[in-house]
Parts: sequence; C-alpha cells; structure tokens
Amino acid sequence: MLSFIVNKQRVNLDVDPSTPLLWVLRENLGLTGTKYGCGMAQCGACTVHLNGEAVRSCVAPVSRAAGKEVTTIEGLSPDLSHPLQRAWIAEDVPQCGYCQSGQLMSAAVLLREKPQPTDEDIDEAMTGNICRCGTYPRIRKAIHRAAGVMTKGEAR
Amino acid sequence: MSAPQIERREFLKFSLAAGGGLLIGFSLPGADMFATAQAQSITVFMPNAFLRIGTDDRVTVIVNHSEMGQGVYTALPMLLAEELDADWNKIGFESAPVDPKYNHPVFGMQITGGSSSVWSAFEQYRKAGAAARGMLIAAAAQQWNVNPATLRTDSGAVFDGTNRKLTYGQLAEAAAKLNPPAEVTLKDPKTFKLIGKPVKRLDTSEKINGKAVFGLDVKMPGMLTAVVARPPIFGATMKSFDDSRARTMPGVRKIAAVPSGVAVIADSFWQAKMARETLHIDWDDSAMRTFSTNQMMQQFREQAKSPGTNVRREGDPDAAFAQAAKKIEAVYEVPYLPHAMMEPLNCAVDLRADTCEIWTGTQFQTVDRANAAKIAGLPPEKVQIHTTYLGGGFGRRANPQSDFVVEAVHVAKVAGAPVKVVWTREDDMQGGWYRPAFLHAIAGSIDSNGNPVSWRSRLVGQSIFAGTMFEAMMKGKEYDPASVEGVDDLPYAIPNLAVESHKADVKVPVQWWRSVGHSHTGFATECFIDELAVLAQKDPYQFRRALLPKHPRHLAVLDLAAQKAGWGKPLPKGRARGIAVHFAFESYNAQVAEVSVDDGKIRVHRIVSAVDCGRYVNPGIIAAQLEGGAIFGASAALFQEFTFENGRLQQTNFHTFPMMRMNECPEIETHIVENNEKSGGIGEPGVPCTAPAIANAVFAATGKRIRKLPIRMTEAV
Repeated sequence: MLSFIVNKQRVNLDVDPSTPLLWVLRENLGLTGTKYGCGMAQCGACTVHLNGEAVRSCVAPVSRAAGKEVTTIEGLSPDLSHPLQRAWIAEDVPQCGYCQSGQLMSAAVLLREKPQPTDEDIDEAMTGNICRCGTYPRIRKAIHRAAGVMTKGEAR
Repeated sequence: MSAPQIERREFLKFSLAAGGGLLIGFSLPGADMFATAQAQSITVFMPNAFLRIGTDDRVTVIVNHSEMGQGVYTALPMLLAEELDADWNKIGFESAPVDPKYNHPVFGMQITGGSSSVWSAFEQYRKAGAAARGMLIAAAAQQWNVNPATLRTDSGAVFDGTNRKLTYGQLAEAAAKLNPPAEVTLKDPKTFKLIGKPVKRLDTSEKINGKAVFGLDVKMPGMLTAVVARPPIFGATMKSFDDSRARTMPGVRKIAAVPSGVAVIADSFWQAKMARETLHIDWDDSAMRTFSTNQMMQQFREQAKSPGTNVRREGDPDAAFAQAAKKIEAVYEVPYLPHAMMEPLNCAVDLRADTCEIWTGTQFQTVDRANAAKIAGLPPEKVQIHTTYLGGGFGRRANPQSDFVVEAVHVAKVAGAPVKVVWTREDDMQGGWYRPAFLHAIAGSIDSNGNPVSWRSRLVGQSIFAGTMFEAMMKGKEYDPASVEGVDDLPYAIPNLAVESHKADVKVPVQWWRSVGHSHTGFATECFIDELAVLAQKDPYQFRRALLPKHPRHLAVLDLAAQKAGWGKPLPKGRARGIAVHFAFESYNAQVAEVSVDDGKIRVHRIVSAVDCGRYVNPGIIAAQLEGGAIFGASAALFQEFTFENGRLQQTNFHTFPMMRMNECPEIETHIVENNEKSGGIGEPGVPCTAPAIANAVFAATGKRIRKLPIRMTEAV
C-alpha cells in the first residue's frame, strides 16, 4: 500500500509501485488535468509538483511519491486565483490547452524561486515544456504579468 | 407545426428532451462553466439548432465546429451573441452532436478544416441569433401588449420606450410558444458590439484548472483501456502473434487481432502498454521493407526531369527560358511531417447491441460516423459522436478513413465493455497520415532589365486526395489540386509560365497538414522569387512589389509587413531580413523574418506577420493564430523531418522530432489589414510564409541558398 498526499488530501493506493505517477493520478485518482504527451520527459505536459519541485510525472514511478506531497493543476488554486492563472486569462494564453497544465506547473515553481524572473530565467524554466500551438510568446508575457514586472506599455 | 415545414425553414424547434440526456459522468466542453448554475437552469427556449436559453438567462451556443485551439468556441458564440444582443457574461457553449443540421454549409458535412469555420458560420450563426432575438421581442410585445417595433434589445433583455425590462430568461417560456420568424434582418456592421473586438476566449478557465475534457480524459463506468500493436512498416500484415506472456500480465482482460494489428485490452493504460511490450508478432513486411526516403527523393529528382501533367500554362516558358539573358534552375525539397498534436490520438467507444456511442476529439464527425457505423453494423443514426476538446488537430483528426475511430470500434467489438484506445506518442508519430514529402524543380529567367520572362514549376509528390472519397475533387483525375495549390495561382506577372505535376507512387499514408499544399508551395515559390530578385540584382521586397500590379491585397500585406519590420533599415551586425507573401485559404499573409547565423546555427530573432483575412470576428484570436502559425512554420523550417530507412521511420518521439521551444522562440509581431472584404481563413494562412521568410533571411545573412527543409547550413548552396 502506497501512501502520499495529493492536493492536500491523503491517498492510500494499492498499485504497482513502478507505475508512472502520471497514470496513477489520471486513472486511479481521476485527476485528468495532468496530461500525457510523450512518456519520456521530453514535453513537460505531465509536470506536477513533488514536494514543491517540478517533476515529469510520466517518468516518475509512483513509489517516488510515497510519503511525499504531490500538487497537480487541480490543486494550484481552488478558484483560478493563482497569479499565473489570472495572468493566463489576461493574456488569453491557451489555444488547444492540452499543454497548459504542465506550462502552469513549471511556471509556478519558477515564480516561487524567482519572483521577478528575467527572460533568460523563463527560457531556462520553460524550455522543457512544448506547446505545439505556439503559445510561447503569451506564456512569456503572462509570467512577466504574474510577476508584476510588466510595464504598462507592453500590457495588452 | 409539422417537422417538414420546420426543416424547410432551416429552423428547428426542439422539445425539452432534445437538448438533454447526455452521458452521465461525462461533461462535454464548456459544461463546467455552468456547473453550479445548471442545477437551477431549465432550458425552455431552443428556437433553432444553434442555441438554448434558460430561465436563468444563460444562453448556450451549440458549436458545429471542433475546438482544437483555433478559437471556434469563442468566435462562433460571438457571431450569435452579436445578433441576439446577448449578455456576453451569460454566454456558454457546447459541442454539437452529429446531425445534418450542423453540416458545414459549403462542404455539406460536419467538418472542421480548410480554415473555414468562421467564414462558413458568419451568416449562419448571426441568423440563428437574430431569429431568437425576434422571437424574444415578439414575446415581450405580447406580454406588454405593445407593437414589437417599439421595443429594443440590449445585453440579454428587451426594453420598451419607458425602459421597462424583461430579461431573455424571463421571456424564454413565452418565446418558446412562438414560431420562428420566416426572415430575419441582420445588423448593420457599423453597430457591432462584439464582432471585431478582441473578446477574451470563453474556454480559457477550464483549460487552466485541469477541468477541460479532452478525448484522453474521457472515462465511463466499467471502461477498459486498450493499446494496439501496429505494423512497424507501412503495408505490413500480421502473420501470427504470441501473447502467452502478455495474457498473464496484471490487469489484462483480452488480447485480440484487429484489422490494424493486435489489441491489448486491460484495466488501465499502463497495464495494457506493459503487456503489449511482451507480445511477439510475426509481420510480413515485404511490401515496403526496402523503402527509403533518400531513394524516394532521388526518384523524385529523376521524375522532375520530364514534363508532368499540365496544371497551368501561359506563353512558352521553355522557349523563353532558352533565349533569356539570365536564368536559374533550382530544386526544392521538403520532407514528410507528422501533425504531432500534443494530445496523441485516442478514441473511446461504448458499443451496444443497437447503439454505438463514441467520444473523441475529431474534426470529421460525418465521415467518422459513417465509417464507424459500417464497422459497428449499425445504421449511422444509431451512432453518436460526442466531440471533446481536441488537444491539437492540424488536419490529423480529419482522416478520410477515420483510422483512429474505426480501429476503436473494432476494438470495442472484441472488448465486450466500453473501451478507450490510447495511442502512445510513438504510436501517434509512427501511425502515418503525414504531410507528403515534395519536390519542386523550378526554372526561371529574367531579361537584361531584370524583369522575369519565364517560370516553370514541376512538382513531384504523393496525392492526398487519390484513393479517398475526395478523389472526385481531382480535376479530371490528372492532378491533385491539394498538391499544387499555391503555385497554380502564382500571382506574379510573368509572361511565360508553366506549372506541371507528377504523381508519386509511394505507399506512405499522407494527409492534409496545417496549410496542406501551401506548406510546400509557399516555401518553393517564395524562395525562388527571391532567387530571381537576386539574379536581377534587385531588392527582394521591391522586386515582388513590381510583379504584383494586379494583386492589391498581396501588396497591402507585403507593404504592411515590410513597413512594420523596418525593411531596409539597418540591423545589428550579423542579422538579416527575409520576406515572403502568400495567399491561402482565402486570406493573404506576408512575413518578414530577422535571423542571424552563427557557426551554422540559425537563430530567428523576430517575425513580423501581416494578414488580410477580410472581415474578422476576433482580432485577439487572429493574433494568436498568426503567432502559432509562425511557430508551427518555424519548427518545420528549422528542425523537423520524417525519414525512412529499410522501411522504418527513423523518428519516434520529441527527442528525434524536435519542436520549437521557449528558448528558441522569436519575438512575433502581428498586424491585420482592415477592410470589408469577405471573411477568409486564419488557422492555416499564417504558416506558409514562415519557412521562406527564414530561408530568404538566411541567404541575406550568409549568401547561402536554402533549398531543402529542414534548414541545414551544411546543405545550403
């Protein structure tokens, strides 16, 4: 029996400990906001927080979560109040939306560690997250907006 | 009122039951937005197929196109809400079921493709809103016992001259008892409140809190998950398989041969995938065992040496070429490319004795339903498709054979329970239906004044339409219009011009890919016109301008892009600009790319994209589509190719098929030409110019010509 915390709730599960955390979240816990994109930590669609760190849940065996705290997109905020979610709405970031859970979870760690990120910081933190629709320019703007560093002239 | 009468008038009045009754435990796109309101809301007014109004004032717009990121769940509700004078804060959306009344008015089937959603819905959705508004006014007039002409509407309510007010929710019951108007009057565009404004997307909230339901997220009670072991080489057939180990793996429920391979059906995805890895399958792969793209391109080059099927011919390009002062010949090549949507293919099916329910992100509802019905052995009306959000489409989810839907129905037949077929990333990439590889052999010439005198394009590549239900669209079956679109209408004033097409007989499955033929014709023609400009020792922008006297809309986007990009103005050392202009899907686009090349590595710093898509609905969405189109085009230009050796695809996942990433993404600036022309497309027109603009900029920076994608400086000439 594996035990860990997901979005502040304790879960106890009887699953093969080698199953990737991604599929346990999606199939056993019904948290489908975390997405499958590549299965080899190439695209970042599956990004969740494990004890506050951004991890690619598609390659993390669920055993790695044992005794730890997992936060998924569903736990980022209860009501879209996270500064990044508000900025994502303001910049109309998503297109198809499939990668956005992972983008937000990566960006959330960036902002926590670097509340005023530079463009280089954003490149470094976000380059592991692919967006096929091409929302990168808006993601960049939204991160700056959330960080409160956007100048008035740049705001749309 | 009898049904036939209603249908003739194109408006249907629905009974209360018609709108409800979707699957329990599954929410369609948009359902979440009214989750709390839904309990109290009773739909009482459904004046036509495109909207419902509840007693709580909620207006639900039923959208007949699939939301794959291009914004139809916002743009189409805007059209309807404009004419309804709805309160935008009370607007919701829902995906349409499969039904002829949701057919594309031009294509005659339910389809999302060809960058056509907004222009095809432009009148349809406005009329639907206007009809409802007329009925709500009539209901208020009855209630107040006044002349309807004295009433006005605003923000979801009807008002009289004294500002007495009845909301649409308050009027819904009474309006439902009225007949739809036979004719409606649409607003003067000058009075639009929503159309033309950068209204925020309606689907953002559920896409940033994990609640949006994509096909992969569908869950039904008792549902199993399947993966399919498909042939490693196209055209291979299964001789036998050994599943003795797989059958003992945990969670495995069934393993069975299906026409596309071997289906492994289990309680969960991971169990199915683990079990699939233990299968031993003996394939007969003799059909394409020796296939290689290198050899194929060599064959294409040989084919291009002889004349092809005539597509367009003016003057005598061969004679003019022979006599011309200066001439140039070039061969351009582009590779196979997958759509590589972020959400890999998937399809969930609940097959019963007399019904078949399908949940998937599809662009092709009518065709999928017909194909699924054949496999299910049911009449099409017994098959229902619930369109989820699409995690990207780009054409892949409109497959003429409905490959991913048909396969899932086959799997459902053996599963004996609701089942979702999931494709891994590798399955998705190796599953075929790519943008065809193409070769353009172009010969052009100029006179002693530097004016072009001849142009001859010979294209070699696979037909997308051949062998499909769309073969009839091939003009006399001599060439595929989807192969030559974008070069058959070359806008430049060149007196001797020929376009010829060779069909390639290759068995790799090919399909439309964001911008279809334009994805390669834009590259080849806009690079070659640049080569002619250099041969003429003229500025590439001015050279194009001089050849477009009869094409003011090309000129307008070209000028706008050049001006906004600062064409001709100095740049930091090492940087250079390239330009391109192209017409596709009824819209005009020009782009200027700014690049530098350092040690063979290309950096795209900035792209300026200008579009003329006629009358537009949402400039915010247009900007997003131009940004995304440029990034899609830049990924293909800089990084992407699918190659085959010994029949096997060499690329399998994002480590071998790279995408542009945040750190490589240029600044992108977008501009819209304002006019009142008929609406054109926006999803695809922003793609074709990116590769040639970048390639032309690379030439300007290095003096090296790029004639092959993806760009490699080692292959530049």
